[in-house]
Amino acid sequence: MSFHIVPRSTYFKVFAALVLLLVVTVLAAKVPLGVFNTPIALSIGLVKATLIVLYFMHVRYSPPLVRVFAAGGFLWLAIMFALTFSDVLTRH
Amino acid sequence: MTVQGFAHRNYLNADYRFRSWLWTTDHKRIAILYMISITMFFFVGGAAAVLFRLELMTPRGDLTIAETYNRLFTLHGVIMVFFFLIPSIPAVLGNFLLPMMIGARDLAFPRLNLASWYIFMLGGVMAVGAIIAGGADTGWTFYTPYSSTYTNTNVILMALGVFVAGFSSILTGLNFIVTIHTMRAPGLTWFRLPLFVWAHYATSLIMVLGTPVIAITLLLVVLERGLGIPIFDPKMGGDPLLFQHLFWFYSHPAVYIMILPSMGVISEIVACFARNRVFGYKFIAFSSLAIAVIGFLVWGHHMFVSGQSVYAGMVFSFMSMLVAVPSAIKVFNWTATLHKGAVSLETPMLYALGFIGLFTLGGLTGLFLATLAIDVHVHDTYFVVAHFHYIMVGGAVMGYLGGIHFWWPKMTGRMYPEWWGRLSAGIIFIGFNLTFFPQFVLGYLGMPRRVHEYVEEFQVLNVMSSAGASILGVGYLIPLAYLIWSLRYGPLASANPWGATGLEWQTESPPTTFNFDKTPVVREEAYHYDTGLTEASHSHVL
Repeated sequence: MSFHIVPRSTYFKVFAALVLLLVVTVLAAKVPLGVFNTPIALSIGLVKATLIVLYFMHVRYSPPLVRVFAAGGFLWLAIMFALTFSDVLTRH
Repeated sequence: MTVQGFAHRNYLNADYRFRSWLWTTDHKRIAILYMISITMFFFVGGAAAVLFRLELMTPRGDLTIAETYNRLFTLHGVIMVFFFLIPSIPAVLGNFLLPMMIGARDLAFPRLNLASWYIFMLGGVMAVGAIIAGGADTGWTFYTPYSSTYTNTNVILMALGVFVAGFSSILTGLNFIVTIHTMRAPGLTWFRLPLFVWAHYATSLIMVLGTPVIAITLLLVVLERGLGIPIFDPKMGGDPLLFQHLFWFYSHPAVYIMILPSMGVISEIVACFARNRVFGYKFIAFSSLAIAVIGFLVWGHHMFVSGQSVYAGMVFSFMSMLVAVPSAIKVFNWTATLHKGAVSLETPMLYALGFIGLFTLGGLTGLFLATLAIDVHVHDTYFVVAHFHYIMVGGAVMGYLGGIHFWWPKMTGRMYPEWWGRLSAGIIFIGFNLTFFPQFVLGYLGMPRRVHEYVEEFQVLNVMSSAGASILGVGYLIPLAYLIWSLRYGPLASANPWGATGLEWQTESPPTTFNFDKTPVVREEAYHYDTGLTEASHSHVL
């Protein structure tokens, strides 16, 4: 099995992006956007999580099977959210 | 009586020092460590059951007060679910057999495997510590806001114990998945794998995908209880039903963590003692995966009367009906495997047949509970208690005991006494049914669970249940005695005493430290039994 060597500069770039997105999250929270505040915060969080999964957890450089398992984790998370909301959104 | 020793070097006599066990990375020795540990936990949980079944002999609370009773059933539930049933077959039989069944020397991550045992023991010590400190009274389900706000018992330590033990489960699942993917012997394609391996693969998926959710959920309870961070408490804007969603997202699939490995054991035993190829191999293999996946879509059937929406209830009810299909496929296929087989009734087969009957009853009564209207009537009654014990004890424990007897010669190199084995299997079957069948009736008549007092008309059925529990207890003590006896006095076992197929039977009993002298090459399908071959099953001993 071969291992992909990630240059250190990539890690620093990803780290800088994460810090930048953190600043954006804080600033966005201070802007009154009504119902859009939460979706924007969650979207930024999703981008940050994706960066971590792809680069820090090496999924971008991993074989397809590892990618399938990583995607499976998110699919299961989606199942948990979807079925929980099938209750929360339809409660009277 | 003369005691014969082993002629060959094996994993048991490779090193006798105590530390050689505590620092071992041999999957077989780790399996033995797990077996000893979960046996101790089983008897701790069983002792609590003895006490509350004694209490329930009379309608009045004359042995314990309500608070003590609540702590007893919580102790029983937490210990039996998290420290016995969940690790039982995967951590003992799975650990021991999986590498051998695929022709490997060990699991993919041997040190991680040892770490998982230490983590499990740490979780166990924390849970037992919580019990010694006075226990918790929330039930094994830790429902909020009672657990997070109102109870004065040791919820935090108990929940953290379960939290820690969860990591052991995740690591075991991860180890199995990687091992099955990467370490199969040459020629051992996916559809040549023993069904035990398929079952453990499906189980491992649940362990890896589900366990983190229970871990974080219990941590949230601890945070709310310990630090007042509002998550589930409605007074602070939380949602107590969120806890139930998160809890059951794991804890319903956890039932399949208990039953799927047992199903894998049954497939091996039924094929061997019917001397027949497993009927519908692929159907059984894929039904394991189907159970693992669909099992994640049904959790809301625990919440029909919780205030969950009717729409969600309908969705979960439908999904719950669906999960019965792959379970039924397995039962039909095992039955078809028996058809025209040369069936012999050794102890493992008695457990397997017991499993099939009891699991079927447990599964069918699960359909009652998945039906919205019936569930309203029987929810939180003894009907539910009976149902899940038919699955977890009638299913999972019968499978575990069947597997322990089936592979005992491989694990220890000794045969157990067959007559005692059959006797105890019979006692357990009778004791189990006498304990739990009356509980179906009690529940249907309206006796609620988790109460220490009840109205007088329920006494006869409760006495029957307690009498059954005492028989069941004797049934469990007999194997404990004769299996320990057999370690020294049991006749030496041959490499393949049952004439079974499978790579684990091609190595010596007990196996050498690295299982195989040479990596085996697989050239045929699993379960290549010739129907009618019965001689082998009558020559178990060297």
